[in-house]
Amino acid sequence: MKEELDVLEQTVSSDYKYGFVTDIDTDVVPKGLNEDVIRIISEKKNEPEWMLNWRLKAYAHWLKMEEPEWANVHYPPINFQDVIYYAAPKKKKQLGSLDEVDPELLKTFDKLGISLSEQKRLSGVAVDVVMDSVSVATSFKKQLSEIGVIFCSMSEAIQNHPDLVKKYLGSVVPMTDNYFAALNSAVFTDGSFCFIPKGVRCPMELSTYFRINTLGSGQFERTLIIAEDEAYVSYLEGCTAPMRDENQLHAAVVELVAHNKSEIKYSTVQNWYPGDENGKGGIYNFVTKRGICQGNDSKISWTQVETGSAITWKYPSVILKGDNSIGEFYSVALTNHMQQADTGTKMIHIGKNTKSRIVSKGISAGKSQNSYRGLVRAGKNAINARNYSQCDSLLLGDKCGAHTFPYIESKNKTAIIEHEATTSKIGEDQLFYCRQRGIDAETAVALIVTGFAKEVMNQLPMEFAVEAQKLLAISLEGSVG
Amino acid sequence: MDTININYLEDKFRKLQSSTSDDILNNIRKEGFKAFNKNGIPSARNEEWRFTSVGNLFKKEYDLSADNLKITASDIDAIRLPGSGNADELVFVNGRFIPELSVIRSNEKECIIMPLEDAVKSEYQDLVNEHLGKSSLFIKDGIHALNTSFIYGGVFIHLNKNQVLEHPVYLYHLSDTRINHTLAQPRSLVYVDQSAKLQLIESFTTVGSMDSFTNGVMEIVVNTNAIVEYYKIQNDVVNASQVTTTHVRQIGKSYAHGVTISLNGGLIRNNMNIVMEAEGNEAHLYGLYLLKGNTHVDNHTLVDNTKPNCFSNEFYKGILDDNASGVFSGKIFVRPDAQKTNAYQSNKNILLSDNATINTKPQLEIFADDVKCSHGCTIGQLDEEALFYLRTRGISKEHAQSMLLGAFAEDIVMQIKNEPLRNYVEKLIFDRLSVN
Repeated sequence: MKEELDVLEQTVSSDYKYGFVTDIDTDVVPKGLNEDVIRIISEKKNEPEWMLNWRLKAYAHWLKMEEPEWANVHYPPINFQDVIYYAAPKKKKQLGSLDEVDPELLKTFDKLGISLSEQKRLSGVAVDVVMDSVSVATSFKKQLSEIGVIFCSMSEAIQNHPDLVKKYLGSVVPMTDNYFAALNSAVFTDGSFCFIPKGVRCPMELSTYFRINTLGSGQFERTLIIAEDEAYVSYLEGCTAPMRDENQLHAAVVELVAHNKSEIKYSTVQNWYPGDENGKGGIYNFVTKRGICQGNDSKISWTQVETGSAITWKYPSVILKGDNSIGEFYSVALTNHMQQADTGTKMIHIGKNTKSRIVSKGISAGKSQNSYRGLVRAGKNAINARNYSQCDSLLLGDKCGAHTFPYIESKNKTAIIEHEATTSKIGEDQLFYCRQRGIDAETAVALIVTGFAKEVMNQLPMEFAVEAQKLLAISLEGSVG
Repeated sequence: MDTININYLEDKFRKLQSSTSDDILNNIRKEGFKAFNKNGIPSARNEEWRFTSVGNLFKKEYDLSADNLKITASDIDAIRLPGSGNADELVFVNGRFIPELSVIRSNEKECIIMPLEDAVKSEYQDLVNEHLGKSSLFIKDGIHALNTSFIYGGVFIHLNKNQVLEHPVYLYHLSDTRINHTLAQPRSLVYVDQSAKLQLIESFTTVGSMDSFTNGVMEIVVNTNAIVEYYKIQNDVVNASQVTTTHVRQIGKSYAHGVTISLNGGLIRNNMNIVMEAEGNEAHLYGLYLLKGNTHVDNHTLVDNTKPNCFSNEFYKGILDDNASGVFSGKIFVRPDAQKTNAYQSNKNILLSDNATINTKPQLEIFADDVKCSHGCTIGQLDEEALFYLRTRGISKEHAQSMLLGAFAEDIVMQIKNEPLRNYVEKLIFDRLSVN
């Protein structure tokens, strides 16, 4: 028992590895939020008028809203006037290829382990990198455009594909959806835009890296992915931030639209700076992610590995509108130190024969609080809707908490919904079994945690699975060796 | 009237306060009314009341009095439950305990039963003072506070040390709505002393065609080595609604067993709380809601584990037909000190019609690490294979269905340990499900 506690003690003392700051010239808009700031952002991005109006409308609505308090997280009130809403690496000229990217920036991504050039060469993953507020590099754009796939930053999309943006922006997450979505709609600075035309199976994984670099800045990116009929895309997203003593705000919106027989697979490895062991600093991660299975036989799958952020407030959801559509949610959320996570999913069954599956694994250590909050709703017309949910929590240490808040609502007699949840600490018999075979306590804990999370890890694309394993290992450092 | 009308209650509250001079109860009522004014009638924005809208119940004016009663002994005969022949039978009319209509067969050595007003002046004064109103710490809504503000005509039951009561204690709640809509607010405090055993059975009946609303609170305190069984049978008419709270505190290592059977009524909300205040407690909660018409049943359970080595098991089942709606919200709290807690929770539902609705919310909030907790819930239909099996044996579809539903319900009914009562409930369910 003593040894076990030591292992947990060490777990608690592990550090954040991505806490460096990159010294890059940035172009920032002064702190604060008002109509003028929004106008400046819009102007800097050279946006058309309809976009500015959309932002202003969202801002006007945001002013009327109240910050939500229902989540099982606690933090001092956020001063929205104390946030930098726009910070961009200074552009000397339009970037044409990767070679023209600021070398400091490339170094940053090298440190993150996602060397753009290397990744471009080796793995054939197209990467869009968003630093602070703007997208700085998108690789493989040319190859993709040959088969009709549009993969670019949101700012470019607004310039080059305004009709698509106009049609789909806010169609899944309306600007009035919630407090942070409204804020994002008003001030979003960049993000990725992805359009897969009819019948195209995107030949490579698309990927975006987000990084908050500038002190005191918030990141508000907006991602929009559209898969037309019979299209397929797998999209990866990763995030990190430097170590800072004050809290930084990240309020993103992700919208997915899947048409007939299309499939979108969205994977996230979220590793924003979680704050130090006393809970000082760290990112507030308030994200709205939602996909709609618009067409029949479509599929949306969310996979997330959440190890970072001081506070996570995130519920990737699927609206199963098309008949026979499928929604999936796989999640590992690991909280340590003083982290707080309130995360889960919503599966809204509207169409006939819709299916959803939820697998959520929560691991809490240190003094952290980890909550699963989910909704499964079968509407009146969701004939033969089927859901299976499983959420398991693992407790490491006696000062952390694990909470489960599922909501299950059925208005249809043919719907079958199952929900299962367990909470326990690492089984003493499991530990004993490992120890018996000469495995030391640290390795045994790591082994059991990895096994616990495996069902979700298996869903990640190769490139990410490796990184995610590494992240879990870092977060549990001391016990993994 | 389509707005919430609660202003008249203040007047009634003042009248009640000035008519009694007892300090203990007056103070509790005063605090209650303060909380009622502060919290008001819960709306759908109140998380605990999200799926149960009680606003409509407060749009009419109720008669709170129990005067000019026309309840006779024959009315009581009509509501007697089986097995009451040798039991203590406590009759409440419009929320007031009526000793004249009640039959108390226990002797004083076994069990003390007296009006709350008498109890606060008796040797039990300190006990009442200590334990009455503790449920307010857990349920902070206006409806519970309303009951507290009108504590009058309640009952105090004290089961003496080492007394194993062979017969059950029945609480019959009668609402007389032949003249007015009535609001009955029964209140009881039950103290089960060391190594004693008690069986409580509550039932609710409305006489008359106007609406009845019962807002009841029962607080049960269970001392070391004591056993308490609690059964609630809800089979009232559709114009009868109720919000009733059963708040069980296990202050010593003890055993609690509760079964709630909801068959008929208007809007029904059951708050069932178990607070584990000592090490080694054990509690079992069961519930069955078999609903049709427009009946709405909301079962809210709370198991609060504050001390180590406690065990709790919850099992609620529902069958919903027509426009019926059901809610299950279960909360398990495991406090930081409550290591080695084992807590289980399960909720299973069958929807029989396209207009029936179920909302279920099994929750775990865990702050200790050495625990085993689980919850599960299912919503679905009858097992096709089981149906097919019965059909191949020449049983009609309707019969096969009713057999399977009966078996589904039996899981809960068999938890009623009082045999006459169990047979009675089985018969009610059989009649309800059987096809001619």
